[in-house]
Amino acid sequence: MEIIATRPETLTKTPFTYCPGCLHGVAHRLIAEAIQEEGLINSMCGVAPVGCSVFAYKFFNFDMAEAAHGRAPAVATGMKRARPEMHVFTYQGDGDLAAIGTAEIVHAANRGEKISVFFVNNAIYGMTGGQMAPTTLPDMKTTTSPYGRNTDDIGFPIRVCELLDTLVAPYYIERVSLLSPAEIIKAKKAVSKAIKYNKEGRGFTFIEFVSTCPTNWGVDPVKSRDWAKENMLPFFKPGLFRDKGEGV
Amino acid sequence: MAKILMKGNEAVAEAAIRAGCRLYFAYPITPQSELIEYMARMMPKVNGTFLQAESEVSAINMVYGAAGCGKRVMTSSSSPGVSLKMEGISYIAGAQLPAVIINVQRGGPGLGDIQPAQGDYFQATKGGGHGDYRLIVLAPASVQEFADMASEAFELADKYRNPVMILADGMLGQMMEPVEFKAPKTDEEIAELWKQHKDWCIQPNEDGDAKHHHEINSLEIDPLMLEKHVNKIYAKYAEIEKNEIRYEEYNISDDNEILCVAWGTASRIVKSAINELKKAGKSIGLIRPINVWPYPYEAVAKAIGPKVKQVYVFELNTGQMLDDVKIGVNGKVPVKFWGKVGGVVFTPAEIQAKLEECF
Repeated sequence: MEIIATRPETLTKTPFTYCPGCLHGVAHRLIAEAIQEEGLINSMCGVAPVGCSVFAYKFFNFDMAEAAHGRAPAVATGMKRARPEMHVFTYQGDGDLAAIGTAEIVHAANRGEKISVFFVNNAIYGMTGGQMAPTTLPDMKTTTSPYGRNTDDIGFPIRVCELLDTLVAPYYIERVSLLSPAEIIKAKKAVSKAIKYNKEGRGFTFIEFVSTCPTNWGVDPVKSRDWAKENMLPFFKPGLFRDKGEGV
Repeated sequence: MAKILMKGNEAVAEAAIRAGCRLYFAYPITPQSELIEYMARMMPKVNGTFLQAESEVSAINMVYGAAGCGKRVMTSSSSPGVSLKMEGISYIAGAQLPAVIINVQRGGPGLGDIQPAQGDYFQATKGGGHGDYRLIVLAPASVQEFADMASEAFELADKYRNPVMILADGMLGQMMEPVEFKAPKTDEEIAELWKQHKDWCIQPNEDGDAKHHHEINSLEIDPLMLEKHVNKIYAKYAEIEKNEIRYEEYNISDDNEILCVAWGTASRIVKSAINELKKAGKSIGLIRPINVWPYPYEAVAKAIGPKVKQVYVFELNTGQMLDDVKIGVNGKVPVKFWGKVGGVVFTPAEIQAKLEECF
């Protein structure tokens, strides 16, 4: 029997602990495959965030650090500066990266730290039970915006790719979607490019995944993707913002 | 080597570089500015990393990342900035990482002022960050001692895989005194230092099939696992309490009628007062804790001579070490406290007057 697809060595055998229909597993898989394909299993290390993917350090099969909420880009900076021979990435959610960790991500990007940041945007705090995130859409109901996000009171969602695209230093910034198989294939290409640039020491690379949270949105996985396509993609438009390697 | 006249802030920075520190992350704050500026000038000359972080919060998390790689790494700040670092310090202790933090204390609370104070004793020795952990805390009383403590702090941090704080103050940071430095570690020696942490730290995999998977982490979601983890850390702290108690005895004798206890800058002023009163035939001893955690409780108890009728604690705060002295004295004799706050430093004459009242 010929094996045509298998678990990449860059993932441990620890089963993912995510909810049914959650896309973290897909994002993990894309990153792990890209690291494997670039031959970086022995020189890669990563930083896990606080949030649903807090256990990411158990899933990636190389050295990992668990950071305090929002601090992953600072921790990754320390790791990259201490071990420039290694390749470093962070994996962060929207509460982590775009609220409590805003200073850390902006300044890591602004320094042009030679790290990759993978940012999963599902418009909600998942692990703590569905509270409003900095990326929660206008009028969207969460446990801390029970009447819907009131933009007069709390402002609008933050578009992180657009924000980072105002900085001079970042090397590569792209927003991709995980909402359909075709889009996942496109996302894989972006992830591979980020990891390749990381391998080559080109500079700061940033991928945002538009994702879902069926559990805290209170819908089934298929409907969650439809809802995200209808509501998230118009606000968080997938696309390439910056690719200095391609002169963009 | 000849002595060099230097500010404490610069001397400790130079000593840290000589001790093999090649990574330094910090944010500017008075009165430790000369420290960050010295590092900015000197780190590039030894191919080290100097990085001015966007905040003290980021700086301490950069320290966490670099320490997780087993490398000698340091940050420094002053009181309000150290408060911001407390989150990261708790994580560093929880993840059992070696790191050195310098606090050049200033007046507080809040923004306070920028004059010397000792108001962060509680924060440094009793917690500060969340959860069950301890910092090893070294309290210098001279520029020489401040500099010497840099290498001692790195040795202790490496030995126990725990954050170590040097708790200085604006006086020691700003004051110039002659300093003699240890010979610097060679590049070859520095390159080997991290290998003592090879079995746990982040590093490239050079083991082929025996691939390691190291996790730098303070999370244990299962309460029974966290309990085990904290107990393991506390077993280590019991070792530290056994091995790392350091103090200075000054003028201790059976003739002492008063026993003073003071640390850091305050202890120097108390010494001057003791010397003056000695000329008038009054015998007063001093215990100066050099490490303020672990604390020399037994040394305080033992120093209470047969004629001692009063223990007197002097600090540049409202009496933050007083409880520790009382634990050591354990009710044997009365314990009094006098201090100055707000960055106001007492004079030898003021201490002398307070001591004379006891005779």
